[in-house]
Amino acid sequence: MVCAGTGCLANGSLKVYEKLRELVSEKGLLIDLDMTQDACGEAHSGESTAYGIGIAKSGCHGFCQMGPLVRIEPQGILYVSVKPEDVEEIVEETLIKGRIVTHLLYHDSSQGTAVKTEDSIPFYKRQYRVVLANCGRINPEDIREAIAMGGYYAIAKVLDEMTPDQVIELVNASGLRGRGGAGFPTGRKWGFAQGAKSCRKYVICNGDEGDPGAFMDRSVMEGDPHKIIEGLMIAAYAVGADEGFIYVRAEYPVAVTRLKKAIKEAREYGLLGRNILGSDFSFDITVKEGAGAFVCGEETALISSIEGRRGMPNPRPPYPAAKGLFGKPTIINNVETLANLPSIVLKGDSWFKSHGTETSPGTKTFALAGQVVNTGLVEVPMGFPLRDLVFEVGGGTRTGRRFKAVQIGGPSGGCLAEDQLGVALDYESLRKVGAMVGSGGIVVMDEDTCMVEVARFFMQFAQNESCGKCVPCREGTKQMLALLTKITNGEGTKEDLELLEELALAVKDGALCGLGKTAPNPVLTTLKYFRSEYEAHVFEKRCPAGVCQALKSYSIDPDKCRGCTVCQQACPVGAISGERKRPHSIDAAKCIKCNTCVEKCRFGAIIKE
Amino acid sequence: MGKEIEQVFQRKFDKVNSIVDKHERKVSNLIAILQEIQTEYRYLPEEVLTYVATALGIPPATVYGVATFYTQFSMKPKGKYIIKVCDGTACHVRHSEKLRYLVREKLGLDDGKDTTDDLRFTLETVSCIGACGLAPVVTVNDDEVYGQMTPEALAIVLDQLISEEHLDGSIEEKGEKTDGFPAENEQAHESDDGKGRQRC
Ligand SMILES: Cc1cc2nc3c(=O)[nH]c(=O)nc-3n(C[C@H](O)[C@H](O)[C@H](O)COP(=O)(O)O)c2cc1C
Ligand code: FES
Repeated sequence: MVCAGTGCLANGSLKVYEKLRELVSEKGLLIDLDMTQDACGEAHSGESTAYGIGIAKSGCHGFCQMGPLVRIEPQGILYVSVKPEDVEEIVEETLIKGRIVTHLLYHDSSQGTAVKTEDSIPFYKRQYRVVLANCGRINPEDIREAIAMGGYYAIAKVLDEMTPDQVIELVNASGLRGRGGAGFPTGRKWGFAQGAKSCRKYVICNGDEGDPGAFMDRSVMEGDPHKIIEGLMIAAYAVGADEGFIYVRAEYPVAVTRLKKAIKEAREYGLLGRNILGSDFSFDITVKEGAGAFVCGEETALISSIEGRRGMPNPRPPYPAAKGLFGKPTIINNVETLANLPSIVLKGDSWFKSHGTETSPGTKTFALAGQVVNTGLVEVPMGFPLRDLVFEVGGGTRTGRRFKAVQIGGPSGGCLAEDQLGVALDYESLRKVGAMVGSGGIVVMDEDTCMVEVARFFMQFAQNESCGKCVPCREGTKQMLALLTKITNGEGTKEDLELLEELALAVKDGALCGLGKTAPNPVLTTLKYFRSEYEAHVFEKRCPAGVCQALKSYSIDPDKCRGCTVCQQACPVGAISGERKRPHSIDAAKCIKCNTCVEKCRFGAIIKE
Repeated sequence: MGKEIEQVFQRKFDKVNSIVDKHERKVSNLIAILQEIQTEYRYLPEEVLTYVATALGIPPATVYGVATFYTQFSMKPKGKYIIKVCDGTACHVRHSEKLRYLVREKLGLDDGKDTTDDLRFTLETVSCIGACGLAPVVTVNDDEVYGQMTPEALAIVLDQLISEEHLDGSIEEKGEKTDGFPAENEQAHESDDGKGRQRC
């Protein structure tokens, strides 16, 4: 199975896939997986050859850093960073002779050994995969593979054995909480909609995933779309809806294609449409694409967007569960929330509660990114220690530079410092330290990151995305951004710092929707945990991380410079000049302070002040 | 002459008409309609927006409102190649700003200008395309995704695009557009020797 998630596609996995097909079919060993029940590897088709090799594309395995990934079943061998040139060796050695190609295995640097299977890689070892169970193991474009892995069994069970009340009871008993950010109990929300009297009701899957730095929902939509369809069906049955929408952001074209294909296949199999599986439950789904607006992840804005209007939030109540899409009762759930439902139905509420914490049961997927060794998707039980996630699963910082901070929950979340790493990853614990689970994006930062600049970055984002409807958010984010910019420019005063804090609190209280209410979080947490950095900017006119452009300047030490011209070639703006073998110099007017020359110089000749 | 223009117009709106019809002239499909029109024209021409409003029976202001609300829509023509540099959190902390500078420099785009005058390249900054594991990320026309980009690697990609465009481009344009491009091609050629990627 060749990973064809967005990450691996970017690393060239399609070329590996094509090469594999080409070589295996040259050897006459290729079989069509259409015949097989077993998703991959040695196939058990009724053909005369007892031995054959099937090759398929799968969704994201989660270990994006090491892509393209190739997984060989049934042995479960995982090859990492596979290039087209390696394919021949894989075919000759592993597929034909059954031997392992050691240099393609993952090397665990902490132990200095090569690791054969996924389960023994530290990145995977402590994960527990429910939502991501099938991602990377099935071909998302073939419904039969999803069914072979237990797909649609849960909806069959629901339609066969359970009343809508029983479904809601089960979900309530499981304690499942919304994975879209706020963590509202899912069963309770459904109860409101079920109780609402109306001739029509709708269910919506929120696949907007606006957090810049998160990609869990994308991976599930791309890697296991049928699980989301099934989850949405269960929700629809429970609340009595017959029409559903999956709202996907415009930036995810692959997810849109795979979802549409999956829906089409489900229709062909009689799993969507009228009288599903012989019951009197009828249901169908439309995919709606967003058009690039973060605020559309907010449920009332999302509804406006599906209706074809500007995606502006509306005050709640009325909650969508009472009056939502086209004025009808509507349930909106996040991708991951829905993807949990089939397992809950099949395995029961006590199984679900056996993972995670008492108030936050189950697992949560996190997208691990930034300056960390192992980037990718991880799914761990709720309450998992943040420190272990960063250092054990993530393998610590990438560049060997010191860990500085971790940002959780995107623009609504907060930045935590080393001292807060002990926090458990669940709704309550994170809220206590000023962050939130949010979507589940985790971005690790090292000492080269300036926390004031990070706060400014998020404020810029919030300000761009503020829809402008309410004054506290529209004006508040603008003023906070101006203050932060002033500070990063080295022009901040003590009063500015105080004003910034005051404003942040005011916006938090006064804004209409979640965007504005949470936009100050990055500012408040950085002020709380990294105050000394703000003070260095304000009082000493110094950026400790050496990031803020106005506060630094570059020059070349003529004694150290050997005139190798490396920096001159590397400079993206041509600010460095000089003759070969003579000391170079930097034109301060042209210099954009990008630090490239510092990284490139082998003689430590660039002076950064 | 006048008639020809009219015909061109007619044909233009034929296309729009078929898109609007495909979406059953439903107001709730307005976003999808505009998306398809933008795929067709690479932007949303003003007269087309007015036309859509009439076709759907809603005020032009509503259509404009929607078109200006979502960042995906552009009221100005975009380039043939749209280069998106991600500046989501993950890419930001892995220094995506360097990539942005490089693109501006290579394409000769000043601050505040995003499309080259010859309508060949557009630079866009986007917030996360969901490949954060491979930050920093750059895409070209959405179908080519480049992960773990460095300024050096991006320079090669850009040079390739620029030189392809030059081969495509007409002779006259070549004459007037020599501002530094050929020199850069040579550089890429040298530094990338052995891979045999350059054609010129
Ligand atoms: C500004 C803003 C952005 C949001 N973005 C998302 C998002 O991208 N995806 C999502 O599932 N929920 C998002 N939410 C939360 C939704 O409003 C809603 O609570 C959620 O989809 C409910 O699903 P759940 O109960 O399954 O979590 C966002 C909320 C706000 C205020
Ligand atoms: S932050 Fe750049 S792809 Fe997600």
